[in-house]
Amino acid sequence: MEKYTGKSVLKGIAVGKIYCYKKKNYTLEKTEVSDKKAEAGRFEEALEAAKEQLTALYEEALETVGEERAMIFEIHRMMLEDEDYLDTVRTAIGEGTNAEYAVNSAKEKYADLFASMDDEYMQARAADIRDISDRLINILAGVGEDTIHTDSPVIVLAEDLTPSETIRMDKSKILAFVTIRGSSNSHTAILARSMNLPSLVNTQMELNDGLNGKIAVVDGFNGEFLIEPQEELLEEMIRRKNKWETDTRELQLLKGKENITSDGRVISLYANIGSVKDVDAALEADAGGIGLFRSEFLYLGRNDYPTEEEQFRSYKAVLEKMNGRKVIIRTLDIGADKKVDYFQLEPEENPALGYRAIRICLDRPEIFITQLRAIYRASFYGTAAIMFPMIVSVDEIRRIKEIVNQVKTDLADEGCPIGDVELGIMVETPAAAVISDELAEEVEFFSIGTNDLTQYTLAVDRQNQKLESTCNTHHPAVLRLIEMTVRNGHEKGIWVGICGELAADTELTGMFLDMGVDELSVSPSSLLRVRKAVRDI
Amino acid sequence: MKEFQYTITDPIGLHARPAGLLVKEIGAFQSKVTVSANGKDADGKKLIMLMSLGIKKGMEVTCRIEGEDEEAAAEALQKFFKSNL
Repeated sequence: MEKYTGKSVLKGIAVGKIYCYKKKNYTLEKTEVSDKKAEAGRFEEALEAAKEQLTALYEEALETVGEERAMIFEIHRMMLEDEDYLDTVRTAIGEGTNAEYAVNSAKEKYADLFASMDDEYMQARAADIRDISDRLINILAGVGEDTIHTDSPVIVLAEDLTPSETIRMDKSKILAFVTIRGSSNSHTAILARSMNLPSLVNTQMELNDGLNGKIAVVDGFNGEFLIEPQEELLEEMIRRKNKWETDTRELQLLKGKENITSDGRVISLYANIGSVKDVDAALEADAGGIGLFRSEFLYLGRNDYPTEEEQFRSYKAVLEKMNGRKVIIRTLDIGADKKVDYFQLEPEENPALGYRAIRICLDRPEIFITQLRAIYRASFYGTAAIMFPMIVSVDEIRRIKEIVNQVKTDLADEGCPIGDVELGIMVETPAAAVISDELAEEVEFFSIGTNDLTQYTLAVDRQNQKLESTCNTHHPAVLRLIEMTVRNGHEKGIWVGICGELAADTELTGMFLDMGVDELSVSPSSLLRVRKAVRDI
Repeated sequence: MKEFQYTITDPIGLHARPAGLLVKEIGAFQSKVTVSANGKDADGKKLIMLMSLGIKKGMEVTCRIEGEDEEAAAEALQKFFKSNL
């Protein structure tokens, strides 16, 4: 068996024969052309042909992947009508250069223009310029765009794929895409995702014809590409693939659907994320927002505190990607159990009950202020909310709000624009649940953190495996505290969500709806499953 | 000549899709439209230059419209910015 690893584009499994897709070769050459007029005519014809191809691709994509994704081909066609781009080509032809080389110089000029911009999104547009230019060059050189030739469905293995190659391939003949280069942000990856094909990019392997027809497994869960696996492993993977297919077929149908019960009750389903790169998964799972953005990733695995600028960039990236949907950022939740040497936390007997989270923030306001400034600055770029962990008293919230107000005043003095930011707390200590009526007067929302709430209520260490049976997450004490928190929140007119593991426990979904919980925040991979549970009620 | 300013509120800014739509909108008029932001100018009928302005949320964009149908164009474009950007 040969095994390669790549970046997974979609969590799924495909099993089948490999098909090596190779682009036809064309070597670009610069030649002197004597009949400039004929060369110009050749280019204009190619240009028309390219635009026709793109119109056809747009219409094809419109049917298969929808208007939003299809728009890329419309943009490509418009780029081919851009006067500056065309002028560059026409001028070069007028100087006696062959059309292929003239197009290539325009390609380099404008691809460089985008590649040098300081914005990640715009940098990626360089690929669009290359794509439209290659289309023209292929037409000029008579190198037709190839597609796959196969009777039964295959795993397409290629160096890289352009969006048009991807959309052109007969979907019923494709089990998965594996590309040796490429990024998970490319249009091709996005298309593969919307076609629900398990795919890997950037596998960094050799493409050779010897692989044609070999049995392989694309494991999008582990980012692995297995070629000719042993029989037992293959059978195991086929079992997993069948299960994945049945599950997703059902769940994919729920994208774009409301989280509504048969008797008309509605709940928001948000996603929990731990870093910027999780946002794509949240969006793919059709999350209504981010219900818990754990900010710890900014602090872990490094030697010094993250700067305000670094934090700002991360928060801004998430807010921009969520495009106006709410993003609830939880402030620093770190204690002696986490390895962050630069915090210089003393070892503790009971770190879960110790100097951690908001307790550190209120004791060392400089750390807290840096984080709050970064969040407020980023809040301008979307809909941000902040929640504070480990709250046990009203006094803590008042002290937090003093610091928050100072941060807002400072930013206003600096002329820095900020958005409206909802402030809430995690209800994860029994104390907070019990006095939730008083706490509700101070904040705009509650998010119940069931993991800690369970461990503190039942006096059970979550990490201790011997206590697993005692750690009953459905314990009536925990459920009553949740119910009480929801009731108290609603009486004071604030919304209440749940963001712990219990939120994804579909045995409890019905009970949460009965309690009137407003929002459940779960991992992106659980989201559609919970939507199904809601809709089945 | 007509001129107006608009501050971008779309979180991603003038990305490919609205830029394409904007060029189409401008193309429907005779007038010459210059879009300025970030200290740079671009001809509103040219998609690539327009995108290369790197217009992001919070930036102020100035549109200058000159031509026979400038009145109608200015009105249509202001409406376009408000509903798309």
